[in-house]
Amino acid sequence: MTVWFEKQRHLIDFTLASLIRRKGRNLGLLFVYTLLVFVLASVMLYTHALRHEAAVILEGSPEVLLQRLVAGRHDLIPPGYIERIGTVRGVQQIRGRLWGYYYDSVVKANYTFMVPEDGSVAKGTLVVGPALERERGLARDNGISFRAYSGQLFSFTVAAVLPQASELASADLILMNEGDFRAFFAYPAGHYTDVALSVANPKEVRNVANKLANLLPDSRPILREEVQRTYASVFDWREGIMLALLSAAILAFSILAWEKASGLSADEKREIGILKAIGWETGDVIRMKLWEGGLISLTAFLVGFVAAYLHVFRAGSPLFEPVLKGWAVLYPRFDLVPVIDGLQVATLFFFTVFPYMAAVLVPIWRAAVTDPDAVMRA
Amino acid sequence: MIELRDVKKAFNQGQHNEYWALSGISLTIEARRVTALRGPSGSGKTTLLTLIGCLARPTSGRVSLHGRDISGLPERFLTEIRRKTFGFVFQQFNLIKGLSAMENVMLPAYPTGRPHRELKQRAEALLDRLRLAHRRDARVEWLSGGEQQRVAIARALINDPEVLIADEPTANLDTALAKEFMAILESFGEEGRTVILTSHDPLVVESAAVNRVVDMRDGLIVEP
Ligand SMILES: Nc1ncnc2c1ncn2[C@@H]1O[C@H](COP(=O)(O)OP(=O)(O)OP(=O)(O)O)[C@@H](O)[C@H]1O
Ligand SMILES: [Mg+2]
Repeated sequence: MTVWFEKQRHLIDFTLASLIRRKGRNLGLLFVYTLLVFVLASVMLYTHALRHEAAVILEGSPEVLLQRLVAGRHDLIPPGYIERIGTVRGVQQIRGRLWGYYYDSVVKANYTFMVPEDGSVAKGTLVVGPALERERGLARDNGISFRAYSGQLFSFTVAAVLPQASELASADLILMNEGDFRAFFAYPAGHYTDVALSVANPKEVRNVANKLANLLPDSRPILREEVQRTYASVFDWREGIMLALLSAAILAFSILAWEKASGLSADEKREIGILKAIGWETGDVIRMKLWEGGLISLTAFLVGFVAAYLHVFRAGSPLFEPVLKGWAVLYPRFDLVPVIDGLQVATLFFFTVFPYMAAVLVPIWRAAVTDPDAVMRA
Repeated sequence: MIELRDVKKAFNQGQHNEYWALSGISLTIEARRVTALRGPSGSGKTTLLTLIGCLARPTSGRVSLHGRDISGLPERFLTEIRRKTFGFVFQQFNLIKGLSAMENVMLPAYPTGRPHRELKQRAEALLDRLRLAHRRDARVEWLSGGEQQRVAIARALINDPEVLIADEPTANLDTALAKEFMAILESFGEEGRTVILTSHDPLVVESAAVNRVVDMRDGLIVEP
């Protein structure tokens, strides 16, 4: 066992010495390789995190959402609608929701004011999202005033800050009491922004939606599964564009890697001959080359992946935000919550490390099985 | 200790350019002696050395080492025998550029998995003995011809082989360095090592360090 370890140590020593000897070539290759892993990993981490955010948002959204339309535009749900929806068979829970947008001229951003389902926010207090905490320096028990659209000034105290489960969903959110909400926006009593409802049997969702459309012809039911599909296709499309662009880069890299790794120089061939003549087995030569390929590809993979992680989750993906984030205009800034998918990492590893190792090994095999006596006639 | 019986070697056998480099060699090489192969260019000296040193296999005939037939062994076993039994000094030295003298000397021992420290001590001792201790960290391409040759000799000795094989060891050296090499050779003889070398150089072949001279011509051994 110790012999085995000593032997590997010697091989690694030799490999490192060889890599240093061909510094220029190896550094260039390492750089391109790392860059490729970096870009691929960035796209992967970014789209995966976005999908994750979207899933978090959708998880909290109702199965069916009913909006009333006037002249094709979203309007308030008048009193009586909720009762009528209750008569549709299959509808389980009905809840009128209250929410609205507010433009804060201090930080030039839009907030979403909302009354939480459980009505848990006390009168005169607010629960704010992390973006507000950041942008306006708010903390628990701070006071804050907003000027309503009516011109009247309202003051609140902050009861809590929302956790950062998904910034996309909650960054700009402000939760408030129903009474406060109606007063602030001068919302007519008995009216709601829209209606959220759940359906007893998931297979009936479409059916129920049709019945609702017939019952309330001025309203539009929005199904969660439809939203989900829209999100998914938007992400797939964006990811697809990125990957299409990248495939050109991957191809270029493959050609480079193949040429660099597989094109044994005359020098290297001679060296392998010498090693064999002085007592190295073919297997030793191959192991040495495996170490070489392994060291290069693992370094590239680790450095590239860590850089991608920092790029996406620490720096906010400045490199391809414009391409991938459709709604970036709405959000002055948002940080993705770091999520990593093991399978995705494994896939990336396989598609970057494996081909390189193969490119290293194929020609070595050819060189290593040549006769060692050629060295005597150099 | 090494016995060759009717050994023949053909290159490109069965093709239009088939060439018999050795056409029937029978020879016994005694242990602990210095044997020199002499003959004109193309007479098959290098080819014979590759067969003795397990770098290649004969087309026909037998090579045996310590009474054991090694001519039919597969590559893996030949490599092991080569590493354990033979040390090589090649005509062009064949050092690996970019590595230091020390690293070059240690190379043949890497596959043995001997502890690094032990290896280093042995390599240092060898370089010291060949008066190269002060150059051990220099890259080999910066060394002079004589120094390179001594690195090659040290490398051949790192695994402490029974047999040292040297092909034209003095071809690239001037007279003074060639004499120095013969002195080193003499010390091997005294140590009880078996040495087999080839040479055109009368200085080598006629030196007192050489115990026996074998003359070759056209792939055969000839009586002088
Ligand atoms: N791989 C090969 N393919 C074809 N012919 C070969 C090969 N190797 C050697 N030969 C031929 O075999 C013959 C013997 O070669 P060898 O190298 O053994 O001669 P030598 O006695 O060492 O000559 P020198 O003194 O010039 O080194 C030469 O004619 C050479 O051309
Ligand atoms: Mg020769």
